[in-house]
Amino acid sequence: MQLDSLYQEVILDHYKHPQHKGLSPTFSAQVSHVNASCGDEIILNINLEGDLISELTWDGQGCSISQASVSIMTDLLTGKTLDQAAIILKSFSDLMASKGTSPGDELVLEDAIAFAGVSKFPGRIKCSLLGWMAFKDAAIQAQSKK
Amino acid sequence: MSFSPALIRQDFPIFERTVREGKKLVYLDSGATSQKPHSVIEAESGFYKLHNAAVHRGAHQLAEEATDAYENARLIVANFLNAPGGSDEIIFTKNATESLNLLAYSMGNAKNTNRFALKTGDRIVVSEMEHHANLIPWQQLCARTGAELAWFSVTPEGRLDLSAIDSVITANTKVVALTHQSNVLGTIIPLEAIVARAHAVGAVVVLDACQSVPHMPVDVAALDIDFLSFSGHKTLGPTGIGVLWGRKNLLDELPPFLYGGSMIEYVTMTDATWAPAPAKFEAGVPNMAQAVGLGAALNYLSKIGMENIHTHELALTGYLLEGMRGIADLKLVGPTDTHSRGGAISFMVQDIHPHDLGQYLDSQGVAVRTGHHCAWPLAKALNVPASTRASLYLYNDESDCDALLDGIVGAKKYFGRL
Ligand SMILES: Cc1ncc(COP(=O)(O)O)c(C=O)c1O
Repeated sequence: MQLDSLYQEVILDHYKHPQHKGLSPTFSAQVSHVNASCGDEIILNINLEGDLISELTWDGQGCSISQASVSIMTDLLTGKTLDQAAIILKSFSDLMASKGTSPGDELVLEDAIAFAGVSKFPGRIKCSLLGWMAFKDAAIQAQSKK
Repeated sequence: MSFSPALIRQDFPIFERTVREGKKLVYLDSGATSQKPHSVIEAESGFYKLHNAAVHRGAHQLAEEATDAYENARLIVANFLNAPGGSDEIIFTKNATESLNLLAYSMGNAKNTNRFALKTGDRIVVSEMEHHANLIPWQQLCARTGAELAWFSVTPEGRLDLSAIDSVITANTKVVALTHQSNVLGTIIPLEAIVARAHAVGAVVVLDACQSVPHMPVDVAALDIDFLSFSGHKTLGPTGIGVLWGRKNLLDELPPFLYGGSMIEYVTMTDATWAPAPAKFEAGVPNMAQAVGLGAALNYLSKIGMENIHTHELALTGYLLEGMRGIADLKLVGPTDTHSRGGAISFMVQDIHPHDLGQYLDSQGVAVRTGHHCAWPLAKALNVPASTRASLYLYNDESDCDALLDGIVGAKKYFGRL
């Protein structure tokens, strides 16, 4: 079933067992993003040590795609430098824009490669990007405070 | 002739296609927009093929025919709603959202002694179950004029809480704007007490009838309301056409909102006066073919009979609600019986987010809507950030309801697989 290309096991797994969920008491920046058309929302805390992303935590509600995407993203980006994160973010955004034509770069995206199937479902792309756009925003805010 | 959704479906070309690799289309999203019968599609394209010209303008035969067709559509709408003042009370807009904005902006243009002039201390009343289209125009009108916005809350069962009606509709209330049938809950509101109280304090009653006019007989004279809006595209009609009905004496007093061609009586370089309604509110060349298509849609509905359609939908709603009761972990958002209720049925299935449920149903050919359904404050009030909505219409039958019920059970299996 085509649906299986959307709902990969790793996605449902992160949806049921979200990582880094629960906001840290302190943060370099905090952002909150919503998808106005469906009501999904997340709050994301970022902590920076120099250029290193030392901690990403979040809270939110929404569909399996949006929630699993934040969970996988926070796993992936914690411990990376801002420059490394920017490369991963770009790779993920490109994958989402590919309309199912790109297999994605698994070396860069690791578990986030599971979202390759999402790019075939135009209605769900914004779900998978919610957390990533929040990260982009949070990273800019945290840097501008430095 | 008995009511037959199977025969009705034959009038709708879209049901000849399949979706998602050969699945039968189970269309349960008429609350968002309805499908169109042949007669509507032909009326709209027939206008372009045979009669196209700018209405109320040209000195030629086509302009005459176009004007006749457009004005005939207006008459059909007036009869459909039982407008006491006839077709002069029917204003064509592009949709219900525009109708409500037109009204709010026009009221905002009223000055001094005009009965619609609003000032600090005046009040506009809405409810917590409004679609954004009947909330934000009033909210913003309040912001522009200094009037205050007040609202009826919604009970946990999804009914309008009228227990404090006299302290909600106060003596200084000028407008009471309510949805006739909630697009989320399916609730049909009890108008009698509300209209009586509103008129007792001199307020006008505005009805957002987007979800009632397509589904049941709506008689504006019998309801004793003052303004009503609905969308053509939810009523089997084309997109790009909506209606604002208003009482003739009120439309006479209401200032215009959009200025330009066709809406004037007399113009100089420095000033202008207005044509009488409805022209006063229809500046520019209108959506003519779409109005003609709407006329065909209302004729189609009248031929089947709004009472018959309502009865059919009510029976189907009962059938679906009954089936839903049999599904563990399914929670309805809105009244659980068919009393004062229409066929918009929102629900949640534990542990499956509506967006995921909708995606699974789509894979089975079942089209539903998910999210907050453009009623975010209601979603917050009921603490239901998102839900899944099935909405029924004349072409649906029990097999559609069964497909939905089977789909929900299938989704529970699918997402329960870990
Ligand atoms: C109750 C209600 N009011 C207003 C609207 C707005 O209709 P439209 O988008 O056609 O202007 C809708 C449409 O969903 C509705 O259901």
